Amino acid sequence: MYKIVAKTDSLVTPGISACQGCALELIMRNVMDVLGSDTVLIIPPGCSAMFSGSGIEGGVKVAGIQGNLENSAAIACGIANGFKNQGNTHTKVVAFAGDGGTVDIGLQALSGAMERNENILYICYDNEAYMNTGIQGSSSTPSGASTTTTPAGKLGHSKDLMRIVMAHDVPYAASASVANLPDLRRKVHRARETQGTSVLHIHSPCPTGWGYHSSKSIELAREAVQSGAWLLIEFENGEIRINQEPGKLGDIDAYINGQKRFRGFTVEQREQLKKDIIARYQAIRAAAQV
Amino acid sequence: MPIKMLDGNGAAVEAIRLVRPGVIAAYPITPQSSIAEHLADEVADGRIKAEYIRVESEHSAMSACVGAQLTGVRAVTATSSVGLALMHEVCGVTSGCRLPMVMYVVNRSLAAPWSLWCDHSDTMAERDSGWLQFYAGNVQDVLDLYLAGIRISEHPEVLTPSMICQDGFFLSHSMQKVNVPEDDTAFGFVGSYQRRNMYLDPEDTMFVNDLTPTDDYGEMRYQQMVGFRNAARVTEEVFAEFEKTFGRKLEVIRPYMLEDAEAAVVTMGSMSGTARYVVDELRKQGIRAGALQIVMYRPFPAEMIARALKHVPVIGVVDRSAGLGGAQPPVCTEVTAALHGGTNDIRSFIGGLAGRDISNHSFERIFADIIAIRAGKTNTHCQWFDVKVNAMDIRTVSGEEES
Repeated sequence: MYKIVAKTDSLVTPGISACQGCALELIMRNVMDVLGSDTVLIIPPGCSAMFSGSGIEGGVKVAGIQGNLENSAAIACGIANGFKNQGNTHTKVVAFAGDGGTVDIGLQALSGAMERNENILYICYDNEAYMNTGIQGSSSTPSGASTTTTPAGKLGHSKDLMRIVMAHDVPYAASASVANLPDLRRKVHRARETQGTSVLHIHSPCPTGWGYHSSKSIELAREAVQSGAWLLIEFENGEIRINQEPGKLGDIDAYINGQKRFRGFTVEQREQLKKDIIARYQAIRAAAQV
Repeated sequence: MPIKMLDGNGAAVEAIRLVRPGVIAAYPITPQSSIAEHLADEVADGRIKAEYIRVESEHSAMSACVGAQLTGVRAVTATSSVGLALMHEVCGVTSGCRLPMVMYVVNRSLAAPWSLWCDHSDTMAERDSGWLQFYAGNVQDVLDLYLAGIRISEHPEVLTPSMICQDGFFLSHSMQKVNVPEDDTAFGFVGSYQRRNMYLDPEDTMFVNDLTPTDDYGEMRYQQMVGFRNAARVTEEVFAEFEKTFGRKLEVIRPYMLEDAEAAVVTMGSMSGTARYVVDELRKQGIRAGALQIVMYRPFPAEMIARALKHVPVIGVVDRSAGLGGAQPPVCTEVTAALHGGTNDIRSFIGGLAGRDISNHSFERIFADIIAIRAGKTNTHCQWFDVKVNAMDIRTVSGEEES
């Protein structure tokens, strides 16, 4: 047996049991690096529960609780109010949940927190399906993508979390991508400074669930941003900004060709997805110009 | 000690104010709603210095309370019926994290069919959730049991949450004379909140409630069981101290005329006073009747109940919930287990569902049945004592043949 000694200043412990090529670990390390130690985390079951730890082994060096799948925002509200009542206005209370725990089962609690403008930061890392339970489809799964519960490709659209969040008129919301870490880190910093509810929606490519080589996570994330499949936007004081223009809007071939989940895509589905992406960009572009 | 006219929900709000919570998360549901409303008033007027979270569901109410209490304050919510059912998932988190929260439940039937009125089916569905349960018999109990519940739940050897159950409308909306303790006396009794075991503090970090391997799970349940066992002892200590402080007696069970009873009923909640009234009436006729009110249902005081009832030949246990499919409904199951090995003839009675009044006439019928059994005149009794004779004819399923 070898005694493994690791020295790190990171708030995320070394040796996290993520899949090879997982974007989530890189996201979490950057998020925690910006947030710092005066942070309390709420993590629901899911891929990010590897940061909650298992048994007596923790995955992060900050205080936190693993809640239920649907109540991350509600637990966060309770913690933030408990701190407030005791005069602690400095600790940032941060929910860190996946797309299933956010846009499906957790949407009600998040909506309530946003409506009340609770002093919390809610981060949704979006890998576009229930990856931890075995790649089942969520309402964030893109149209046409195959998962274990949408084996022939998902019918219908995916929910638009950012527009749901913006409809709540929160003080600060932004989407981010692991392909643009300086932008992501700036947004985490901005969210940390925000009083009231802030929401970050972070694209997190998943080699296991999407079916691509584990070396391609950043490449695919970048393709998503450039094609407009994932828009980098920011919402502050009621105004929308597009942070990075999609250089090849609607050109999704390089993005989806590399992924097995789109293997069964028909020509019609591909065209429809392109149209949807362009339409969403134009709607947000128009809103951003108002 | 000032005397006020309060209904059960008013007494609940007074009790909550007296323990000085830091966070209140409330969602309205009949018949709990006036608790949620009046707590908002108390906070708005500065009489309670708490944060009030106007949550969007009971599930979020309990979730927010878990988060809040982990930061080191008393967290308060209250609910009823389907609201409690919605909380169920998180109730297990509260108890499993050993958070000593005390919550009012205003008892109301579960759907379907919809009913706004009292029975115990909501809290009976939570009897294995790892919470202590106390059932108030009158409005004074509603206030007193909460103050005692705080002490019991927060005791370092207990660290187990409590439900203080009061019958919807029969208590929650019934104006009664209530002794309300002075603020300082009450707060002196409960003391300020001390966080123990699990908490969230950026200066002293821990990660609460992570995935726990099979190696530890059973042991952590065992620890909870020990908490319940300690609660039985601590409850008696706290009730004794309560009597010394406030001059009012709280009891785990309330035996009435049981010493020489030939036949006795077992009750919980607001029906219990009526049972004692009927015992008095029967005693005037020379019938040796008795009654036992169970106040603490979790932990179930089995030995105490066995001692109180072991010499009573025939016992009728009244359940205010149906306990569908069980060998017996829940209270009767527990009483039967408590008296296991004895010679008592224990009969189950089910009634008072959805607010149907359990009147003196109800108990007269129940006593008539068990007294006849005692006299050897019959061996049968009517378990569903207040159900209409045409029960199978109402609301028949469409398409069923008319007979």
